Amino acid sequence: MFHRIYAIAKKEFRQLKRDKRLLFVIFFFPVMLLIMFGYAVNFDVKHIKIAIYDHEQSSLSRDFINSLLHSEYFDLVNMISSEKEINKYLDEKLAQCVIVIPNDLSEKLYSDREVKIQYLIDGVDGNTANIINNYANLATLTFNQKFTKEILAVKGVKQYEPIKLDPQFWFNPELKTSKFLVPGLIAMILIVTAVISVSLSLVKEKERGTIEQLNVSPLSSLELILGKSLPFVLIALINAGFILIASFFLFGAEVKGSLFLLFATTLVFLIASTSLGIFISVISDTQQVAFTLATFISLLPSLILSGFIFPIESMPYLIQLITNVTPVKFFLKILRAIMLRGVGVEAFWDQLIYLGVFITVLIVFGTIIYKKKSQTV
Amino acid sequence: MKTIIRFIIKEFQQFRRDPKMFGIILIAPVIQLIFLGYAANLDVENVRAVVYDRNKTSTSREFIERFTSSGYFKIAEYVSNYNELENKLNKGEAILALVISHDFEEKIVRRESASLQAIFDGSDGNQASIAAGYLQSIVAGYSKDIIAKFMNTSGRKISPAGNLSSEVRVWYNPTMKTRNYMVPGIVGLLVSLVTLVLTSLAVVKEKEIGTMEQLIVTPIRPYHLIAGKLIPFTILGLVSVIIVLLAMRIIFEIPVKGSESFLLASAFLYILSTLGLGLFISTISKTQQQAMMIAIFAVMMPMIFLSGFAFPIENMPEIIQYISQIIPLKYFNTIIRGVILKGLGFADLWIEASVLLVMGISILLLSSLRFRKRLE
Repeated sequence: MFHRIYAIAKKEFRQLKRDKRLLFVIFFFPVMLLIMFGYAVNFDVKHIKIAIYDHEQSSLSRDFINSLLHSEYFDLVNMISSEKEINKYLDEKLAQCVIVIPNDLSEKLYSDREVKIQYLIDGVDGNTANIINNYANLATLTFNQKFTKEILAVKGVKQYEPIKLDPQFWFNPELKTSKFLVPGLIAMILIVTAVISVSLSLVKEKERGTIEQLNVSPLSSLELILGKSLPFVLIALINAGFILIASFFLFGAEVKGSLFLLFATTLVFLIASTSLGIFISVISDTQQVAFTLATFISLLPSLILSGFIFPIESMPYLIQLITNVTPVKFFLKILRAIMLRGVGVEAFWDQLIYLGVFITVLIVFGTIIYKKKSQTV
Repeated sequence: MKTIIRFIIKEFQQFRRDPKMFGIILIAPVIQLIFLGYAANLDVENVRAVVYDRNKTSTSREFIERFTSSGYFKIAEYVSNYNELENKLNKGEAILALVISHDFEEKIVRRESASLQAIFDGSDGNQASIAAGYLQSIVAGYSKDIIAKFMNTSGRKISPAGNLSSEVRVWYNPTMKTRNYMVPGIVGLLVSLVTLVLTSLAVVKEKEIGTMEQLIVTPIRPYHLIAGKLIPFTILGLVSVIIVLLAMRIIFEIPVKGSESFLLASAFLYILSTLGLGLFISTISKTQQQAMMIAIFAVMMPMIFLSGFAFPIENMPEIIQYISQIIPLKYFNTIIRGVILKGLGFADLWIEASVLLVMGISILLLSSLRFRKRLE
């Protein structure tokens, strides 16, 4: 059995070697994309463009504005002086947030009455808006505390804060979002390479009719499938190595856990992706269909359903169930656990089992459908 | 003209013969939109938390009640020591661990500051910082109540925590739901996928099967061939835009606030560039496999990541921001979101529309020239 698998794998390698352009695409693009996207994918909101409408223009309001601009979060685009301009700045995206300071700020604050600073935020991008909202509240809170402290110090009263919140951030203290997103990028690039190359190489034989020749040979369907996908698993593993090295040097994406574990789990993931490719090739007859299926099954779900960008917990329950169609979901949990938290197998063995189930189901169904199809031909 | 029409008819007949493909082109985008539309949201809800209540008094329970009733957090478990707590965070079973100090109630009764420790799993920086914001406002609200209660019972006026507060108003999307932002972005993504991939494949297929040579020896001129190949895909692309927009309105109740005809016109302009890119890919690839790899890696992925679909362009390093200027989808995304969410029209978006026009025509022209040369 093994020598037959080996023979098929050898044939496949030779064919690949002849297709220089494809090899170039497979090896060169993933690393290049990682470099470009590694810098692009982040949700770190800084330098929020603000416009300020200062009704009061007193020393206190200027103090407040200075305190805003001292942080790296806010960049002043312009001071504005009419209601109409507020609309203009938000409609035309000249500013992400307009801050309105009321004309009775000092009067009310010094006489111990409540006063509000208005923040008008462009909410089209809900996530960014939410973060701006947090910064806005924090900025007001900080200024308020400073002001109250000064006033109270003059009056000789101590400030009272019933609950002192002490937030800490583990694993990623500076809350850099790229650290979280780069593993997702790695997983996505790997699955797309594996699924598309495997599914196409199998369908190609169908389209050209050479699959019938293989069918009449003593090869069993399982041997054929294993032999055909073996080279691609190997290529993808090498690719994974390149990508990890690149992400280490470029983004300082250090691996906190064990490297061996990382490669072992990556291998399991690649086998899962390959079996997805095999499954697609079994159900499609032309490369066009295979490719369209591959993009709709591998590319978009690994982008959107895997937890790469969008947290799975926020999805409706039904969609949460559907997220299981992509092996990226499981691999991503493993990858993040090893890379970010540096934990061992005990933290993610269940994900490995899911991957195993995924592989078994696809291979079993794939082989059954393949056998049925080749009998009817 | 007649030749082109005949050619187009031939293309459509080929489509009809391949029902699987036809189904994929027309139905898949809608199914995708439904899945993706429900999934693509960055709203932070149901953050899993473990609570280590070292105080176990009515006050600490009252605070926990406050914490859970906010709706942002869901208590996964109560733990009873730091080891367990660390374990939960390591395994990723909780994003937040809340530690209530053993003298929580006592301190509050004595008007001292009670300490509350909140340990976040910072891996997902975005989620952690938003969740921290939620927690901050819950604590602030609770503190305010404590002070108010104290003032009521003692009748003494102690210094309130200050009189300045912020009043935040969010325009265009008051609930800050991310879905409304993401779903229109998916429209652009799906349209690119349909038009780009199909064109690049259709031409290479004829090459691979060898029918391209048959076409060349017929009296069909190269531009007939190009037009005949591209017009059907333009029609399909526009049809899929309409279907997806309808699905968006019916399923997600996101109506198009601005002008629909302007939106369709811009979609047409955008499709010009994706068709051009598809044609270009087909000139540089010999097999369908190559064409697909290039289409995905060199065109689709950059479009996804650099167009501002999910990651705001303003957050990117400057060099990457420059690169994003050459991504047609970036302009189309601005138009889609502007028209659908803000109700803007040609007057506000004519710059983006003209960029798309120029890009579309030049890409299409260059690829056609290259394609013709190849044929000859």
